[in-house]
Order: sequence, then C-alpha cells, then structure tokens
Amino acid sequence: MLKIEPRPQPSKQMAYLSPLIAVGLTLVTGVIFSLLVGLNPLSAFHAFFISPIDDLYGLGELGVKAAPLMLIAVGLAIGFRSNVWNIGAEGQLTFGAICGGGLALYFYEVESAWILPIMILGGAVGGMLWASIPAFLRTRFNTNEILVSLMLNYVAILLLSYLVHDPWRDPDGFNFPESRLFSDSALLPVVLEGTRLHLGIIIALIAVVLGWIFVRKSFVGYQMQVAGLADLAALYAGFKRKRMVWIGLLVGGGAAGIAGLCEVAGPIGQLLPSVSPGYGYAAIIVAFVGRLHPIGILLASLLMSLLYLGGESAQMDLGLPSAITGVFQGVLLFYLLGADLFINFRVKITKTVATRSVGEVAS
Amino acid sequence: MTTNESTNLEPRLELRGVTKIYPTVVANDDVNLKVVPGEIHAVLGENGAGKSTLMKIIYGVTRPDRGEMFWEGKHVEVSKPAEARRLGIGMVFQHFSLFETLTVAQNIALGVDEPFDLQQLSDRISEVSHRYGLPLDPKRLVHSLSVGERQRVEIVRCLLQEPKLLIMDEPTSVLTPQAVRTLFETLRRLADEGCSILYISHKLEEIRELCHSATVMRGGKVTAQADPRQETATSLARMMIGRELPVFEHGAAKGDGTSRLVINGLSRRSDDPFGTDLKDLHLEVKGGEILGIAGISGNGQQELLLALSGEKPLDRSDAAAIKIDGHGVGHLNAAARRDLGLTFVPEERLGRGAVPPMSLSENSLLTGHRNGMVRFGLINNNKVREFAEKCVKNFDVRCGGVQAAAKSLSGGNLQKFIVGREILQKPNVLIAAQPTWGVDVGAAAVIRQELIDLRNEGLAVLVISEELEELFEICDRIVVIAEGRLSPVKPTAETDMEEIGMWMSGLFPGEEADNREIAHA
Repeated sequence: MLKIEPRPQPSKQMAYLSPLIAVGLTLVTGVIFSLLVGLNPLSAFHAFFISPIDDLYGLGELGVKAAPLMLIAVGLAIGFRSNVWNIGAEGQLTFGAICGGGLALYFYEVESAWILPIMILGGAVGGMLWASIPAFLRTRFNTNEILVSLMLNYVAILLLSYLVHDPWRDPDGFNFPESRLFSDSALLPVVLEGTRLHLGIIIALIAVVLGWIFVRKSFVGYQMQVAGLADLAALYAGFKRKRMVWIGLLVGGGAAGIAGLCEVAGPIGQLLPSVSPGYGYAAIIVAFVGRLHPIGILLASLLMSLLYLGGESAQMDLGLPSAITGVFQGVLLFYLLGADLFINFRVKITKTVATRSVGEVAS
Repeated sequence: MTTNESTNLEPRLELRGVTKIYPTVVANDDVNLKVVPGEIHAVLGENGAGKSTLMKIIYGVTRPDRGEMFWEGKHVEVSKPAEARRLGIGMVFQHFSLFETLTVAQNIALGVDEPFDLQQLSDRISEVSHRYGLPLDPKRLVHSLSVGERQRVEIVRCLLQEPKLLIMDEPTSVLTPQAVRTLFETLRRLADEGCSILYISHKLEEIRELCHSATVMRGGKVTAQADPRQETATSLARMMIGRELPVFEHGAAKGDGTSRLVINGLSRRSDDPFGTDLKDLHLEVKGGEILGIAGISGNGQQELLLALSGEKPLDRSDAAAIKIDGHGVGHLNAAARRDLGLTFVPEERLGRGAVPPMSLSENSLLTGHRNGMVRFGLINNNKVREFAEKCVKNFDVRCGGVQAAAKSLSGGNLQKFIVGREILQKPNVLIAAQPTWGVDVGAAAVIRQELIDLRNEGLAVLVISEELEELFEICDRIVVIAEGRLSPVKPTAETDMEEIGMWMSGLFPGEEADNREIAHA
C-alpha cells in the first residue's frame, strides 16, 4: 500500500531534483505523444531539441528568446517570494513596449546615442506604471492582484492594437497595422556577429546578478522573504507589508517593461499589434522551474527558450501545429507542480496490515 | 509496574503495549493503562509527553501502530469516535468545537447520532445539567457564553450519552479557581455513580486533590504509577520531569520607580464580531518590576497585545494612549516601537515569533537587525551569525547549530531562543505573552529566571499569562483583565489566588456585578 506522509523537514535534494524530474517526464510524454501521432520519436526529438541550436545562428536565437524570459522571471520571482502574485507581466511588457517604442517614434528624426537609454528608461517606467495599478488597488482597497494584473494584460494588448491601427500607423505602410520601422539609433546593437542576439541578453544577465544580490544579500529581500513565508512574523517584526507589495509589483513590472522594449527595439524593430509570443506568461513558469532563484531562472529560461524554438522547428520540419509550444510548456509546469509535492511529502510503502479479529480475549 | 489497590475490580478500560510513531517522534511507546469503574485516573505529564495522543487513540481519533485495547474485558478496535461513543466513551477536548451562532441545544443536537426531538433534547439538557450542578440554558446562543459555560456544554454533551468513561483533556486551563471547584464536584459525583474518568493534566495540586490514581508519562513512556493522594507535589513533579522543581531567586531590583510603559485610556472596538472590545484601560509598568496580567483567555488579551506590540497600531489621534519612556507610540507600527526600546515575546512561536523554515541565524535578523547587522541595506552575515551563536549559548538553546531551521526545534528551545533574541537587544520594556505556554518545566524555569533577571536590571517587564501559578511566582504586581476591562493593580504579596480568581470572573472593585459566571461559583 502506498501512503503519502509529510516529511519531517522539506527535502533540499528534492527541491533541486524536482525541475529535472519534470523535464525528464516532459521528454517521456513527448516520446509517447510522437508515437501516438505516428512520428519517429528520435527524429521528433532531433527536430525539437537539436536542430534549432546546431549552429551559431540557432544559439543566438536561443539567447534572443531566453533574454526576455530571464529578465521578466527574475523580476517576477522577487514578488513571488513575498507572495505578491503578479500575473500581469504580459501587459507590463506590452505597456513598456508602447512607452519605449512611442519614444522611438517621437524621436524618429533624431540621431543620438541618448535615444536608446531614454527608450529603455521609458520601457521600465511604462512597465512600472502598468504594475502600479494592481499595486495601488491592492494596498488601498485590498483587491486581488492576480485578477487585476491579469485583466490589465488584455487592456494593454488592446491599447497597443489601437495605437498601431490608427494614431501610430506607418503613413507609408499600405494601411498595415504597424508603426514605422525604428531609426537606427533606436535599435539595440547586435552583440554577436552573424546572429540576432542583441543587447537585451546583457541586460538580462545583469538582472540575474542584481536579482541574486537582492535575494541573498539585501535586507529588503530578506524582509520580502519573511513576508512570503510567514505574514504574521513580518507584522510582528514591523516590516511594512504595503511597501513589499509595491516593490514586488514594481520590480516585476519594470523588468517586464524593459523586456518589452528590448523586443520592439531588438528583433522586431517596430511596433506591431502583438509584440510577444506570451513571454509574460511563460516567464511565470520559468520563475517556478528556476525555484524563484536567479541562477535557476537563468537555466530555466534557456530551457523554455528551447521549447519555443523547438515548437517552431517542429512546425516546419514535422508539420505540427503551433500550439505544440504551449502544450509542452503546460506539460512541463504540470509535472513540476506534481514533483514539487515530494519536497514536503514522501511516499511510504506500508505493508497491508492483516485485519485483526475483533474476538473476545480473556482478561 | 506497580499495581494499585483497585486491581480486584475488573478494569473498565485497559491498554496494553500501545505504541504510536509519527515521522519525527514516538508519541506513545509501549503504554499500559488500567482504569476501573468509579475511578478518577490522572494521566500526568508535561506538554509533549504523549498524553493527548493516548487519549485520541482511546477515543478513536488516531489509530495506534501497535498495542491492544480492552473494554470491560473484551478486546476492541476503535477506529472512529462514533464507535468509542457507542462503547460509552465520552471526551471533552481542550479546544471546544462549538458553533458560536447556534444555541446550546442546537450545538448538542449536532453531536447526537440517533434521531431526536429538539424540545425533548432541550428538556434533557436542562435536567442533566441541573443534576450535575452545571446549569445551562439550552436556548442561549453559544457566543454569549463564557468559556466556563462553553466547557459545560461540552461536558453535558458527553453526559447525555451516559458515558461509562469520560476523558477530560486539560479541563481547568480555561477556568477560574472557583469554576474549577464546581467542576471537581461534578466529576466526583460522576465517579460516585460509577463513571470512570481519565483526567489529563500537568497541574499537580489539582491531581492531588481530585484523583484516585495517576499514570505519569514522560517522553511517550509511562514512567510511574502512583496514588496522588499519597504523594507530594514535589514527588509528583520529580516523576513527571525526572528531577527537582527549581526555586526562583528574586533579589532586589534596580530602577528608580519611574513608569516606563504607560497605558492611558486605551479603548478599541474589536474587528472580530466575537472578539473583545478594550474598554478604557489604564496601567503603568515601572522600571524594575514585573507586572502580570491574569485572566481567562478571550477576555481581551489578544486585542491588548496587538495594540501594545504595534502589530495593529491605533489611530494617530490615540498616539498618547500608549507611552514608552514618555513617547506616545499608539500610532506607531511594531518596528518603530522597537526602535524606542520595546521588545516582545509573542504567544505563537512558529509563524509569528519566528519564521518556521528559516534558520535560527536568519531568525535573529527578524528583530535583531537593529544591532548593526545591516549596513547600506545589505546584510552582514557574520554579525548575524555571531548574534545567533551568542543567543544559543547564553540561553542554553538545544539545537543543531544556528543553521537549524526554527521549526526543527522543540517548543521550549525555540521559546528560549526567541526570549533570548528579545533580551539580547537590551530593551527598555519587554512584553511577554504566555512565556512558558507549552514549554517543558526545565525550560520554563530558565525563562522565568531570565524575566526576573531583567527586572533586577531595572527594565519594565509585562507578562500576560493564563497560568496564575506562574504569575504569582514571578510578578511584583498583578492585575486582571476581564471582558476587556482591567481590575485595580495589587502587589502580589497583598493578594492571593482566591481574590484574583474572583476578579478573573469579572467581579472586581469598581465594576458593576453584571457577570454570569459568578452566579455559579
């Protein structure tokens, strides 16, 4: 008989093993899935995980997709650690892209080295502004930041759609819903020749380092962790809960905003109705697969990026639908949450107890 | 194992070799127990000795891993409380399970297994409750009852089943001394009628007064069988903790008698509809004294502590209602009050006084960060570790080093750590809530002595406790909180348990006699 019982202490080993188990199970699921649809599992595996990154360009693409995931996830993790559930990174990313991209369009005629830093700042401020709405409503009216931030995603995406359909539409663009192409001084420089890998990856790596310092060394990071683990203890120590909600949401929003700007000023180069293939949502998975730890997030973002690339390559090589990426992301998160159960619980195999007879016994 | 004089009677209940193992602890290790009809049998032991687990096994809440249970000579397996009730076992838990918004009769009806008529049931409740001297109005809503009356509901609920064995788990921890006496009369009458009673407690005097025999437990094992009437409190304590009870040294206190913590007209409505409103409280705690606040739980202690600690600050206009060394602090949060020299030991250790999964080191930082542990917003890990190591050493915290998680410590050791952490910060005023609740006797003695030492240093110490014995042991002055009001303050030497017990039921000078409990005392 199998019995699940609480562990006396949460298992450290299991905390690290759990993402690996989840990845392994996701692969097994992939094999079963490809067998079911009549594909050769080996060639499917190759198409999904090897061929996207078997050259320098492919590796560059890995970085192009990992950068926004990494940056956003590091920001979100800071909030998640203190139980601030910002699900609105997609909207914050979009609003950051609107603000930063808007600056690029505003300074369209200007050639200056100052334009990019201003745009990055604009992206950060935009993301923070968008995140400050749930932060204000939560601290003032005690609304649920999960719902508010999630709903604001749709608002931001529709706002962007409106902008590129009408006021910011390229006058020479044959009525396509897209902005002008940004001028050269408003584009992020490529950091690896022969690829599309841009400055965004450097920003993301800096964010990882800053995130690590914040989590491990800073007193504010400690306070946020306390608030996340034991709310009453934070109150007891007099840590300001509202300030933590603000920090959690603003850091996440700022990171997402910069990531959005890096997308439009990087691989895209203009504003389009859609500027992100769901990075804001995928980053939530990245944050958890990475154990809310900056180094873990670095690795997890590479994995998630590979899933994006693999999904694209599977569409081309195997003729699978684009939904395949989402399926694998979901399967990965599913297994991770399942495996996480065993951090705090363990399986005990108990022998079936022979039913003792309820007979009379002389006393 | 020693036998007592009642072995000639067939035991009503007998346990043989009962063992219950939890992942972290052996709660019961080969426990044997015999209870004969009409016997009041004490199960005596410290917190964590395994008493409650054993009772849950008897009542069918928990199943043992090994061992057998015999009921009136027959081997039985009790896998759920309903089966226990069918045998004739009733249990009154330490924590009541009553619905506040229902009447007494409705609450009791919820526990009745067979069909019933509410009117008839009400009549039976009145009849049974009067017969045993536990008057109850079946139509009263539970939220309007005092704690003592709520316990009566639980007892009457059991008595309606006409039990042959009644289990009482720490029944007196919520009662005034007067109410304890009423309860004892009821229990004696029940025993005279042939009902067996298992009486769980760690209060030695009560057991000597009430019980016919005692089983003493320590660390999950039965360590002794005794006749409590033949033993002294000291000898029972020795059986219970394995050594002598410590004696306290009070000595002379420093301090010039100025008031360091002042409560001046503190009133506050409770957010909780079943909470207690604080009504115009006035109190001064001087340097060099321990002031104790006695009271039955639920009379405003929680509300008062939240207001004093700053976990729930008052409005800015009420800033002067609480003063620390002359500063009005009513509107400040906990951190700002700590900056003025207040430290606080809360009732809940895990989750409030300490973050369970964090190490002792990290938990030092929680309130100790004022002592140079943080510079430029960054944590100085060496300083943090030094502080934690000092705390562990000075206060004899038994743990696997300062990297051990707070939740891996026993209640007593964690409490020593928290008390130590709050003392090492060199406070001006220390507030401690239930400082030794759930702590073993040895650790409790250490903690009490530390509080006394602080007083000798000239600090103001405020202790809120439900244990009268503790307050009389360590306090210089004592005051009672009842229904959100404070009684006059009395020097401990000029009062006694009798008077304080009377006050705990709400009857103190300057108060109108509107209390319900007293009518039955």
